[in-house]
Amino acid sequence: MSSEDAALEALVALGDPVRRGLYRHVSGTPGEVGRDAAAEAVGVSRSLAAFHLDKLVEAGLLEVCFRRLSGRSGPGSGRPSKLYRRAEGERTVSVPPRSYDTASRLLAEVVEQAGLDGELQAAARAAGEASGGEPGCEADPVEVLRARGYEPFWDEGTLRLNNCPFHALADQFPALVCGMNLAGIEGLLKGLPGGQDWSAAMDPLPHGCCVTLETAKRTGPGAEPEAAAGAPPSHAEP
Amino acid sequence: MSDFHLAQVNVGRMLAPLDSPQLAGFVAQLHEINAVADQAPGFVWRMVDDSGADATNLRPEHDDDLLLINCSVWESVEALRNYTYRSDHLKVLARRRDWFERLADVSVAMWWVPAGHRPSMEEAMGRIALIREQGEGPEAFTFRAPHPPPPGSPGDSGHPRHDGASATEHTPAEHAPR
Repeated sequence: MSSEDAALEALVALGDPVRRGLYRHVSGTPGEVGRDAAAEAVGVSRSLAAFHLDKLVEAGLLEVCFRRLSGRSGPGSGRPSKLYRRAEGERTVSVPPRSYDTASRLLAEVVEQAGLDGELQAAARAAGEASGGEPGCEADPVEVLRARGYEPFWDEGTLRLNNCPFHALADQFPALVCGMNLAGIEGLLKGLPGGQDWSAAMDPLPHGCCVTLETAKRTGPGAEPEAAAGAPPSHAEP
Repeated sequence: MSDFHLAQVNVGRMLAPLDSPQLAGFVAQLHEINAVADQAPGFVWRMVDDSGADATNLRPEHDDDLLLINCSVWESVEALRNYTYRSDHLKVLARRRDWFERLADVSVAMWWVPAGHRPSMEEAMGRIALIREQGEGPEAFTFRAPHPPPPGSPGDSGHPRHDGASATEHTPAEHAPR
């Protein structure tokens, strides 16, 4: 099977709206998610959630691990729970075929070789600011970052980003791409009507985007119920 | 516990003297970033000058007053990688071109040393020279293609992607001198 066919087969599993909702919930939650929490988040029964979660595992989009949620161990601590998290690896399909990743790697390599970090950051800042100021752009930075795939979540007073939209490129050119990303987010905050009280900084965790955000006035919807309610952001699983 | 530890060296040429306004942002963060290294998991040792605080008084090439050296020892490639790219060190790394030239030649090297060994500046510069002359190999390599520790050491698993066939191959990303 070609890699395109393999990617298509995996992505077809997301055609079902319930399954897609479950995938997005698990994927956007730091740490692992249990069946009950996933079912509740999507608004389906536990057994239906379990069925679809396992289909997503079969498709290779989610991974399973077993852990006791009670935190206890030994006799009497109960059976370990089946937990789900996003699988490693990326799947991309484009029709007609496009290879923007190949082009971006080459461009990044040249920018790196030329030492143009500052120029790239300036361009990212300007682009972020321009896009934040576009008419019709959502005003709330959290929602704008969500729409751009960063998967924001609140970790007490800090907004963390569970996903790096530039992961493979950042892995290969960390200084260059992470600097570009931070500048882009700083520009975005400057351009967004609702971004004035926000600041962004680099504070990398083992996984996800290396940028964190803080706001001077975090009120109302900022205190999301689902926010830090999930499992603690422990990606420390082996 | 491995019998071998990973030594690392990189050099960087400052765009201006250390006490210039242009380097002030770098100097201001040196202490903090070195403290992050000292407390990082898998950190073993770093080279310091007579001040004992950092290596900014060392000059690896006598005729180059702007060239700084950064040399340290770690328990594994992953420990060094996590410090370099997944700690606050990334903050200064992302601003490296504000303070340091892009060197045309290879400016980084890693190699395995017996646990307890403290590399000298000459030894470290010799490893950079080795890559410049012969390319990467088991005696001197980079994050692009790490080599496993010498046989007889059960510890380090090396780098999970060091088969060299991966599409997300690493380039010799340098780390800013601290």
